[in-house]
Amino acid sequence: MSNQIIQGILLGGYYALIACGLSFMFSVMRIINLAHGSLAVFAAFALWWLASRFHISPFVGLLIVLPLMAAIGWALQRFLLERSARGGALLPILTTFGLAIVIDNLLFEQFGADTRSLAPYIGSLSYDSWEWPGSIYVGKLAVIMFAAAVILLGGLQLFLTRTRLGRSIRATSEDPDTAGLVGVDAHRANAIAASIAMVTVGLAGAFLGMRATFDPYAGAPQLLFAFEAAVIGGAGSLWGTLIGGIVLALAQTLGAQVHPQGFLIGGHVAFLIVLFIRLSTSGLGLRGLLRLPTRKPT
Amino acid sequence: MSLLSVEDLVVRHGLLQAVRGVSFTIERGETLALVGANGAGKTTLLRAIAGAHQPAAGRVLLDGADLTSVPSHKRVGMGIALVPEGRKLFVQMTVEENLLLGKTAGRPGDWNVDKVLEMFPNLKPRRHAKTGHLSGGEQQATAIGRALMSNPEVLLLDEVSLGLSPLIVDRVYAALQGLIASGTTIILVEQDLNRALAVSDRVICMLEGRVALEGPSKAVSREDVTKAYFGLHRKSPGSVPA
Repeated sequence: MSNQIIQGILLGGYYALIACGLSFMFSVMRIINLAHGSLAVFAAFALWWLASRFHISPFVGLLIVLPLMAAIGWALQRFLLERSARGGALLPILTTFGLAIVIDNLLFEQFGADTRSLAPYIGSLSYDSWEWPGSIYVGKLAVIMFAAAVILLGGLQLFLTRTRLGRSIRATSEDPDTAGLVGVDAHRANAIAASIAMVTVGLAGAFLGMRATFDPYAGAPQLLFAFEAAVIGGAGSLWGTLIGGIVLALAQTLGAQVHPQGFLIGGHVAFLIVLFIRLSTSGLGLRGLLRLPTRKPT
Repeated sequence: MSLLSVEDLVVRHGLLQAVRGVSFTIERGETLALVGANGAGKTTLLRAIAGAHQPAAGRVLLDGADLTSVPSHKRVGMGIALVPEGRKLFVQMTVEENLLLGKTAGRPGDWNVDKVLEMFPNLKPRRHAKTGHLSGGEQQATAIGRALMSNPEVLLLDEVSLGLSPLIVDRVYAALQGLIASGTTIILVEQDLNRALAVSDRVICMLEGRVALEGPSKAVSREDVTKAYFGLHRKSPGSVPA
């Protein structure tokens, strides 16, 4: 059992990685980015293209892809999200939904329906493992992913609380008008926040490609896992995202334990349970949510 | 040359014309009080000077430079700081973080967190508390301190005494007296007429978006201001009883 728990926690690190950008974007920019998964798959394809075409190791390829993702984030905010946000809260969601469809289909047009993976380009790392006490074998890649998630989330947390730029980004998310009045360039702060979010998406895409396979339409399931992890952890809280990823992964592991096909269902059930607890404690109430009539005493 | 001049400024909120052709100048080191009834356009005028509202017409000049198309965050860097009505603190952030945000524009000067805490000793024990949990007086002190952290040449104070107990207001004004003595240029909006006249060099009374009265605070009487405040000074040519 302890083996499953450890594997589940390590898998949680991966979910936290893919949820990180979604949670960051929601907490500081109040935007739910439905193109999140597609952008991660885009980054994975970019790394795959560099590796298969130019024999650039995916780890080196990150040096090219991450700055590219940052530039995409900046452009996305400046030319798409900022404009659509003027039309109300719903419009950015629809915009990113449309963007996801565009990205998916462009990838399909360019790369076809074949399933790809970055695993062939990272040598033995894709299957190597360490033996831990109690003859538990943990994949090296899984441990690296977990460590990357902790470092990334911790680094973002420190960045937001300890640096001037981080404070500017938080101030902009709280009140952009007043942020301007104290000297913060709100446009710039949001564009930088979007760049950072996209860099984390690039990292998530890299690990997605290394640990598994992907195809042009693999974005939606990634978005779903990221969304579930972010909601379980409390949308907008960075450490919560790590907890959320771990809870999701443990629930999936438990589900697979109960029934061979229970992997996904276990995760979804955990997500729904947390969601309903959240809603019922937020004052809305399960009864109110489901519009059940209150039973009158007879 | 005047430090700040406002020329025929017109500001609209949609169809509503909140400021209708206001002009005035303020010299370096001067304290100007803006008085007027609710809706007279005082807050809108201050926000337009700070760059939070784009004027429909007219200009704002700082040291002769036209600020009209300069966004608010750049105006902070040029030396204009606003303490907004209702304080508008970042409530998720601590007192210290709010104060440090004031430094974002990076104007050189001698204001720092310690000096602000020196000026408002009541903030000292609250330094790392979230500003959402502070009392009104502590919040106001933080808001003033945040504006001072940008080392402004012109400080715009919008209703700093609103919602505070008289004792706390005294304390806030005692701190402001120190600023005025040190030569900071201040434009303040104040509902308490006695306080406004006592603290300022010059007073402007606004009525329905226009300047109804302007004069040195020592020379104008309470009655003059009251008349301007309610619009009683207007000679209505058609004041024939119906």
